[in-house]
Amino acid sequence: MSTETPGPDITSRPTGRAARERMYRYVLLLCAAASILVTVSIVVLLARDAITFFTLVNPVDFFTGTEFLISRNVYGLLPLLSGTLLVTVISAVIALPTGVAAAIYLSEYASDQMRSVLKPGLEILAGIPTVVYGIFALVYVTPFLQTIGLPVNTFNILSASIMVGIMIIPMVSSLSEDAMSSVPDSLRQAGYGMGATKFEVTTGVVVPAAASGIFSSFILALSRAIGETMIVVVAAGSRPRMLNLSDPLANLFQGYQPMTAAMVQINSADSVSQLGFTSLFAIGLTLFVITFLLNLLSNRIAARYREEYE
Amino acid sequence: MTENEMTSNDSTEPTPTTETAASSPDPSGDPLIEQSIDVEGTGDTAGETGKPVIESRDLNVFYGETQALQGIDLAIPEKQVTAMIGPSGCGKSTFLRCINRMNDLIDAARVEGDLYFEGKNVYDADVDPVALRRRIGMVFQHPNPFPKSIYDNVAYGLRIQDQTENIDEKVETALKRAALWDEVKDQLDKSALDLSGGQQQRLCIARAIAVDPDVILMDEPASALDPIATSKIEDLIEELAEEFTVVIVTHNMQQAARISDKTAVFLTGGELVEFDDTDKIFENPDSQRVEDYITGKFG
Repeated sequence: MSTETPGPDITSRPTGRAARERMYRYVLLLCAAASILVTVSIVVLLARDAITFFTLVNPVDFFTGTEFLISRNVYGLLPLLSGTLLVTVISAVIALPTGVAAAIYLSEYASDQMRSVLKPGLEILAGIPTVVYGIFALVYVTPFLQTIGLPVNTFNILSASIMVGIMIIPMVSSLSEDAMSSVPDSLRQAGYGMGATKFEVTTGVVVPAAASGIFSSFILALSRAIGETMIVVVAAGSRPRMLNLSDPLANLFQGYQPMTAAMVQINSADSVSQLGFTSLFAIGLTLFVITFLLNLLSNRIAARYREEYE
Repeated sequence: MTENEMTSNDSTEPTPTTETAASSPDPSGDPLIEQSIDVEGTGDTAGETGKPVIESRDLNVFYGETQALQGIDLAIPEKQVTAMIGPSGCGKSTFLRCINRMNDLIDAARVEGDLYFEGKNVYDADVDPVALRRRIGMVFQHPNPFPKSIYDNVAYGLRIQDQTENIDEKVETALKRAALWDEVKDQLDKSALDLSGGQQQRLCIARAIAVDPDVILMDEPASALDPIATSKIEDLIEELAEEFTVVIVTHNMQQAARISDKTAVFLTGGELVEFDDTDKIFENPDSQRVEDYITGKFG
């Protein structure tokens, strides 16, 4: 209140500034919340339509049915699940070992030059549109498998799964390499100091120490394989089929229709009953629950086995 | 694995350089170092058994263009504690890592000159660094147990060397020798990372001695520990010297004075200035620079 000191006025405040600051805050919050809002709405709508379906079709019949034929109003999930399971298992067999081996090479063995070539190469692999993988499976992989004498049909789960596997290699290798690179060098030194060879240090020290990250990469890659659509739509055929447990190898050479491919087909079919259409949401919800559970499992395992380093 | 590839391993072979070590003319001609090589003649308390087990001759190490060690001549006696002291960047750790060829892991590092372990030059082409490191264990500055159980940490070296018969017994013995057994015997399956820093470092010592090496190299093993843990480690080092040759790098001069039989003083530029009985170094060093360093006037 002193009138003696003519200084800058530190009490005046532009009108409306507080309101503007509040507004910025809420706009930013809205953007941050948008993805969650969208996810929640999708789940709610998916669940609502799935419930409509389950009021007309007994869930037990749905989850245990061995036949999926919309034209006859038979909705058994197991044939679709068979296709999804096959894709997941085969692509995992291809991608997990290859991805981890690539990650080991990049993290432990590659020179800087080599890494600067290989890493972008792997990232390009991750950037190829999946429909291209699908066409490639149909046009090149299947004929190749026939050339080497495998009795594959034109549409078969094996070549589709091979391409899905190749597609998810970069995911495994990139995340696993991050995990291995963050293993402290002091642990490698300890291994070498004990008279371990490079391979012993890698397999006995680095990989176990990075296990939680490697495992997370597996789960994410499997989720990706389960949800992969375009490749299987193009190359795996459109016939739902049950696994033939008496001749496991023969399964590989036949066409299957995984859950994702079935959803695409139902959605793009010309004439489909109302019930047939809502089955799409039941399948979608099931897919969502599977991948959601896998992600939960991944987080749980990562938290349990994560080693804290100083 | 290619164990025992080093040609001088078996005890039937005479160790020719042991004699030459004590009597060899010193190439650098530095009077201090000539004196220091005369290990047997010292009247030190523990000097009786001190035939040299590790010996360097005109050892030079470069990191790229930078020279980290300059013509080091040093003979480390068997079953004693030899301390390496000196200011930061003086090359003491570099020397330590030359002994078990850990410097091989650094691309830019280049070693010239000779370093003998039991009479065999470890930089000879036929020496397998993996086999060498199985006989020369190492303990690092920061405790670095593997993220495995306590048991698996100690068993690690035994397993990679296929010494898996009586492994439980060997693990127990190593933990006892490292003065850790009583604290961990009921929780061998617990993660090593749950131990305290001092316990982790003793576990690393147990891991190193489980495979029964000849030499244990320690790179400032107590610098990351509190005083109580440090004193346990120091007691342990003195005990270990009854069975092993111990070479310890430390920046703590009191520690060197307390636990070592011999002390090597490195000063800036990678130069070994004086190497002698620890008592002599701390009470009456020949070099004025060493005296200045010991008394805190320099470094």
